[in-house]
Amino acid sequence: MRRREFLKLSGATVGAMALGGSAQAQLFPDGFPNPFRAPPGKWFTKDDVTTSYNFCEICFWKCGIKATTQGGKVRKVDGYAENPKSRGMLCPRGQGGVATTYDPDRLKRPLIRVAGSARGSGQYREATWDEAYDYIAEKMNAIKFQYGTESVAFYGHGTGDKWFAEYLPGAWGSPNAAKPSVSLCTAPRETASVYTFGRGIAGHEQIDWEETNYIVLIGHHIGEDTHNTQLQEFALALKRGAKLVVVDPRFSVAAGKADDWLPIKPATDTALLLAWANVLITEELYDAAYVEKYTLGFEQLAAHVAQYTPEWAAEITDIPADTIRRIAREMAAHAPRAVLPVGRHVVWYGPDDIHRMRSLYIVNALLGNYGVPGGYYFCDAPIVEAYPHPELPLAPAAGGCGGGPTEVAADSPFRPSVDRGKFFGSATAVQEFIEPMITGEPYPIKGLFSYGVNLFHTIPMVERTKQALNNLDLYVAIDILPMEHVMWADVILPESTYLERYDDLHLQAHKIPFIQARFPAHPPLYDTRSAFDMAKQLGERLGLGEYFPWSDVEEYLDRRLSSIGSSLEAMRNQGTITRRGRPYFADYERLNRNPLDTPSGKIEFYVERWAEAGLDPLPVFLPPIEGPAGMYRLLYGRSPVHTFARTHNNAVLMEAHGENHIWISTREAARLGIANDEYVWLENQDGVREGPIRAMVTERIRHDCVYMVHGFGHKAPLMRIANGRGASDTHLQTRYDLDPVSGGAGLRNNWVRLIKGAPDPQHPPIAWIERERSRA
Amino acid sequence: MTRLAMAIDLASCVGCAACSIACKMENEVPMGVHRLWIRNTTLGTFPNLAIEHRPEQCLHCENPPCVPVCPTGCCFVRADGIVDIDVKKCIGCSACIAACPYDARYMDPKGYVSKCDFCKHRVAEGRVPACVETCPTLCRSFGDLDDPNSPVSVALRNATRVDVLRPGLGTEPKLFYLNTPAKFGLVGERGGAA
Repeated sequence: MRRREFLKLSGATVGAMALGGSAQAQLFPDGFPNPFRAPPGKWFTKDDVTTSYNFCEICFWKCGIKATTQGGKVRKVDGYAENPKSRGMLCPRGQGGVATTYDPDRLKRPLIRVAGSARGSGQYREATWDEAYDYIAEKMNAIKFQYGTESVAFYGHGTGDKWFAEYLPGAWGSPNAAKPSVSLCTAPRETASVYTFGRGIAGHEQIDWEETNYIVLIGHHIGEDTHNTQLQEFALALKRGAKLVVVDPRFSVAAGKADDWLPIKPATDTALLLAWANVLITEELYDAAYVEKYTLGFEQLAAHVAQYTPEWAAEITDIPADTIRRIAREMAAHAPRAVLPVGRHVVWYGPDDIHRMRSLYIVNALLGNYGVPGGYYFCDAPIVEAYPHPELPLAPAAGGCGGGPTEVAADSPFRPSVDRGKFFGSATAVQEFIEPMITGEPYPIKGLFSYGVNLFHTIPMVERTKQALNNLDLYVAIDILPMEHVMWADVILPESTYLERYDDLHLQAHKIPFIQARFPAHPPLYDTRSAFDMAKQLGERLGLGEYFPWSDVEEYLDRRLSSIGSSLEAMRNQGTITRRGRPYFADYERLNRNPLDTPSGKIEFYVERWAEAGLDPLPVFLPPIEGPAGMYRLLYGRSPVHTFARTHNNAVLMEAHGENHIWISTREAARLGIANDEYVWLENQDGVREGPIRAMVTERIRHDCVYMVHGFGHKAPLMRIANGRGASDTHLQTRYDLDPVSGGAGLRNNWVRLIKGAPDPQHPPIAWIERERSRA
Repeated sequence: MTRLAMAIDLASCVGCAACSIACKMENEVPMGVHRLWIRNTTLGTFPNLAIEHRPEQCLHCENPPCVPVCPTGCCFVRADGIVDIDVKKCIGCSACIAACPYDARYMDPKGYVSKCDFCKHRVAEGRVPACVETCPTLCRSFGDLDDPNSPVSVALRNATRVDVLRPGLGTEPKLFYLNTPAKFGLVGERGGAA
């Protein structure tokens, strides 16, 4: 019998045969190699092991990693000591993130929605890259001629967002580019910081953990939010004996390490911070010399906060006045090595957010810690020249985590972004682009790119988003997995993962500023591309080729690195280049320079520019927006093993945390007759239902709120592990409150009730799904 | 003599599971089983609370109950104190799984018993186990108990409190828990049973 015939006859056993030593490569039925099967008949030796430098893309802390590859598969990633972010250590997501690359549910080739099929119905035909690019370019040009370039909007999140939320929109000419990491995350803290200190926070929170002796966390979930470096520094500070105070309605993991836990009434943090400012000033505990030298508007501040006594705050916050006074005095006793770190996700309650962030910065400045050891340090990203290119017609508008947005100039031929005038700040707001897609006001948005932004797990009011998507002429999704929003796109462009692609250099503002690079561990498993390549290819088809003058990514990187006397090959063996930082005022004063870029050159307690614009120049307490009687305020947070809604199809991470729970206090659960681990429905103030979700009956939360981890509750049948596990908080966020200063969308003004009688969804074990999925 | 041991500082541990997942990746532990897992327990009532985050794995007992029950001699104690399994001799009878009071062993789908081996392949190269290396809270120390300057000896010396799981069994574990959040020690240890 000839071999071919034999294979034909015993089709069912081909897999097993091949494992037994056939020379044939292991293939999925769709023709791609099966990464679960080792090449047959091969034992690996140490010589087969290669390592490559990279930086992790599983969350956006972006730790430097080293990938160990053997037999064409990354076996392990680890941190490395020379990298100032990982310092040789990694969080669970970094460790387990590898499994995402080998996820058989990945998007494997470009897809175009079948003509005439409904968006969201998931009917696609396979396409070549050329076909996909041509399709997109044709539609973009049609939109341009009918509505103008501004009518194509761009969303992006991740390392490649430089290309799809900054560079391509700038070259194309659309100011409607936005990152959820601004208005759905950091906007209030950035705007507050820029107007108070003249500098943003910029991504990596610059807290001088190494030097501080007293830490006050306001709803800052270190330990649950495993930002690697921050967690290391936090742990070391505690080991060193630093005191910790945690203000949180929930007994968080960080609260478990605290000397004092203040279970504050939700939405009243600003009252507590203003009362601390009051105590520091009225008891003359503030750093008078620092205030005199570096700040402006102290008299106005002192007069303003006189009304915010601890007794006043105690009524509002549920924290006794004595405790408020004691903590203020302890802070002052440790100052300037006492710090109230700024959190990351701070869009909580809408209009209150900017005042909370400003109050936080003011208390820090009263302690004299900004730009001083043990407080906040200064940091700037290292400078590496851009690849020479013609000036973009429009300066990139999206800004980033650190703000830094650019408004369209008055004399520009381009229209301002659609959200202009809705709020004071200049950053674009992701959620404010949705309404123009529906109403066409102030002008229509007819095209949308979503690079790595899960629209249905990020932007509140999911039904409104779906309605908006249905109004578009073109919706392009660039992603790694068939997420729910991806399956609404007209064109799906599959991206290579961080282990399969080069990327632009990552320039990190840090106490030790550094440059890190990404090198692919192996070629892409499937017919996927990097955002870098996609943007260039698409740009060329749109007639924007002059803005993409490089030949390929290696040449691009080599050219950029040559500007700092390095090269691609040098970087390949190095991974990270560190620079010297200037963390403190003393470092600037030595050079006769001022790091504070405010109009006065000082820390501005009183913001003149806001007074002129009719905004509060000093932070005020706004009474919390209250919910319907009998409902609980819905709080949400993070799991140490998951990132946003991105990691829920990763078998290894899902095995560690496979569904979220709704936390409810023991007292309220007893009243409702809800048992621990029982499945319940969640129903919000607008009657929207989510679930089933397990109840976690716990002493660890106040009675007036409930809590769940964000990112679960995927409604994406092609993601076989993620689909249907747990519940989504975003789907319950049917309202948000806009911060009129920063444009942030306050998401914690949603309320839910728990309804008994939800069925047990009886999810199969993840190990079982994994076995099924890996069968070729 | 070398007696390799590990200490975990519970005052630092946040239960993030980086160790557990690093272990899974490093040792290619099959889905559905674990060499290293985390047990989180809440103590007290609102607002006087504490949380114990407790990573658990093979304790590499000085007096391991799993070794004498093995009919083929595949379970043994190495000269450096690691309780090891010679998988080539293992017949998968599971006697050791039943004997281990800490549930540290599992049946690998390939047909042999497996468990934490302190990453012996890394130890052979002079490196620490994967869980120790990756921990972002630096709560783990590893080394030789007989060397007073080893990280584990130093950690044990500096600890306010040192506990082991189920000390009453006389297994003499070499996995130590330092600085438990509860004054009485490890959760579930009062009265002797975990």
